[in-house]
Amino acid sequence: MAEARVSHALVQIGAVLLALLLTTLVLLASKAPPFAAYANIVLGAVGSWEVIANVLVSWVPLLLATAGLLLTFTVGLWNIGIEGQITLGAIFTTWALRVLQASGMNPALIIAVSFLAGIMGGALWAMLAGALKTFGGVNEIFGGLGLNFVATALNLWLIFGPWKRPGVASMSGTVPFDHSLWLPTLTAQSRLSPAALLVAILSIALVYSLIQGTYFGLRLKAVGKNPHAAFLLGVPTWQYMMASFALCGVFAGLAGAVQVTSVYHRLIPSISSGYGYLGLMVAMLVNFRASLAAPVALFFAALNVGSIQLPIVLKLDSSLAGVLQGTLVLFVLFAQGARQRLLKGRSG
Amino acid sequence: MQVELQSIHKSFGPVHANAGITVTIPPATIQGILGENGAGKSTLMKVLSGFIAPDSGTIFLDGRPVVIQSPADAIGLGIGMLHQDPLDFPPMRLLDNFILGRKGGLFPDRRTTTRQFLELAARFEFHLSPDAYVDTLTVGERQQLEILRLLWCGAQVLILDEPTTGISQPQKEKLFDTLKKLASQGMTIIFVSHKLEDVEFLCSRVAVLRQGSLTGVALPPYVTKELVQMMFGREIALSAKPPAGPGGAVLSLTGVSLEGARLLIKDVTFQARAGEIIGLAGMEGSGQSIFLSACAGLHRPVSGSIALAERDATGRSHHYFKKHGVAYLPAARLEQGLVPGLSLSDHFVLSEGIRGFFIDRRRATRLAEDRISSYNIKGGPSNTVESLSGGNQQRMLLALLRDPLSLILLEHPTRGLDIESTIYVWAKLRERCAQGTAILFISADLDEVLQYSDRVVVFFAGRVSPLLPAESLSVESLGELIGGKGWDSFGKGAAGG
Repeated sequence: MAEARVSHALVQIGAVLLALLLTTLVLLASKAPPFAAYANIVLGAVGSWEVIANVLVSWVPLLLATAGLLLTFTVGLWNIGIEGQITLGAIFTTWALRVLQASGMNPALIIAVSFLAGIMGGALWAMLAGALKTFGGVNEIFGGLGLNFVATALNLWLIFGPWKRPGVASMSGTVPFDHSLWLPTLTAQSRLSPAALLVAILSIALVYSLIQGTYFGLRLKAVGKNPHAAFLLGVPTWQYMMASFALCGVFAGLAGAVQVTSVYHRLIPSISSGYGYLGLMVAMLVNFRASLAAPVALFFAALNVGSIQLPIVLKLDSSLAGVLQGTLVLFVLFAQGARQRLLKGRSG
Repeated sequence: MQVELQSIHKSFGPVHANAGITVTIPPATIQGILGENGAGKSTLMKVLSGFIAPDSGTIFLDGRPVVIQSPADAIGLGIGMLHQDPLDFPPMRLLDNFILGRKGGLFPDRRTTTRQFLELAARFEFHLSPDAYVDTLTVGERQQLEILRLLWCGAQVLILDEPTTGISQPQKEKLFDTLKKLASQGMTIIFVSHKLEDVEFLCSRVAVLRQGSLTGVALPPYVTKELVQMMFGREIALSAKPPAGPGGAVLSLTGVSLEGARLLIKDVTFQARAGEIIGLAGMEGSGQSIFLSACAGLHRPVSGSIALAERDATGRSHHYFKKHGVAYLPAARLEQGLVPGLSLSDHFVLSEGIRGFFIDRRRATRLAEDRISSYNIKGGPSNTVESLSGGNQQRMLLALLRDPLSLILLEHPTRGLDIESTIYVWAKLRERCAQGTAILFISADLDEVLQYSDRVVVFFAGRVSPLLPAESLSVESLGELIGGKGWDSFGKGAAGG
């Protein structure tokens, strides 16, 4: 056992080194100094309190998305539609804020209601994908992908149509909400909201304990690993699939609500910012184990934020972070597969 | 081709599955490999067919040492293996499945292959259509397909791992004829089984394994006692059937019609009474599987009504049946009955239903330890189910049954189990019967049907016989009914309670 754990760790480290090597080659090919670029990313992620706060701002929606995805992966489903679910969460949140902003209600109450609306939006969109899967026989990957496009279109229509800025509609989104409707942040300049941070940490903790210690989690696992046997053992299979979709939608909706209330303070075209897809990568990288999701998501958030400075300082595109994240996932998955093959070859 | 295995060693962790086995198999023979479950038969054959690499030892083909590293190597050398569970691609057509196994150009020549397929099938009188989908075949037919495919790929050595489990008597006879024909044409057949009668009947020589070692070889005429001695190290007697005292009806079918993929069961009226054992006999795919599924609420009847005790349950879900004391144990244990990746203890937690929100792990482990020891399962609470052997998986399924039950439905309860496990399984099932549980089971083993059933229902192409007292049947008369003879005396084909 101990030997297996050591070999597992070695394989993971090897995969990380390979990913770094490949990214370095990409940098060399684009005639950029690799070490300067890496140093820049590190400094850009931890160089000051301000950037550290930004990393945490980015961590919150990513962690929320990952938490939700861990549930759908556990039940054996690929919720690609999470991007759309985040978007719908943001749309519903914006809608609630728009409706209530002039009502004279307590701002804290309005924000709370808008969060609930966001949760509903995400859950609704997720259950739509789940229903298509369960009752319509549409593979959740195709259904989710389709719904992502619908969500994006809906979002753009709202921004350029009914919710457009007075005068001229623009890609910069709807009119920002009043300061009183912003989620309180740590400092006046920062966008880091302690409340949002707390919600994200509680969410991943909740998902971890759900999967590890509850009947619900065990039944999700059983359905994920063998739906037929789970059904014969008395688990209502499709209800659990729907439940996992709905819960994932709740977390995605929360991510959308956080994006609106504490980061952008309005609805923008790319409100989901790719956190859903990034969450898929994090979930794959941690091999669907909730215990590692928080640190890995933090690392990915740091890469994202750290590379923001690259275009300015080194005239490199900030998508370098994406290259590193993508190769990392590929190599780790590859290394896991290779290790399993080797072990199999040795023991039969 | 002469096959020689020389001091083959293979260990899985602490288990020495093959401890220096040396066997020589001459060409044009049917070599039996006999042994109980876990004796090392499958491991030895997997070594020969390239699925696993031995720790040490050499394989000689016609006196030449060879290295076999993959199943592709093996088939390249002329060694083909027919697995216990056929390895095919269910959602594909037979022909595609056939073509897949062979190297070829980018575009397979379908017309020639179809012709060759039909020729081969005709040679052995296998009724297989190249355009049918694999998942519509019975286990017996899938086996026939696999034999054809291996021959087509040029196999000269054919390994069959427990080929008679799960197929019916006529299919078995056909298989045996085929094997004899192949051996007479010079093929080397290796027949792996734990069934004494099959081995005695078919094989021209036998090697017996026990706990990873070769305990003896025998030539005909065989002395059963000696073979049993070599297999188990002692003699085992089969127990006799106790008298049954059936009670009230636990399951009643009235005028039930069922629609299967390829057959129709019409207007069956049937009743199972508390405490009795009913055997469902018939060629694989004759309707007994859908019948059993319908009794479990897994298959909805097109007409008629099903009642549990006095309660109408027509059209209800399996979970309704389960709630009212019906348990269903599928034939494919690992594929349908158990959840690979979950531990034994997880399974017990799942089967006992929800108690609160959080799982009490300590209680779960205690429960698992309890059941593991009372059902004599070789494994710990934290082991995964796929690490168990076939016999232990079946014990696990029995251990998962809840209390009390009014009806247990089993598909091939002892398929692939050795004699000891079989006796154990039936002892446990009879304990249930004594408590008033009725048992319906499907089996392809006629002896098993006759030995354990109080009454028997025979299926033939969707027709259902009345309930026949087991005493009134013999292996021969039952075999005839299964083959479709002697049905006139039953009239319209409705089963009477």
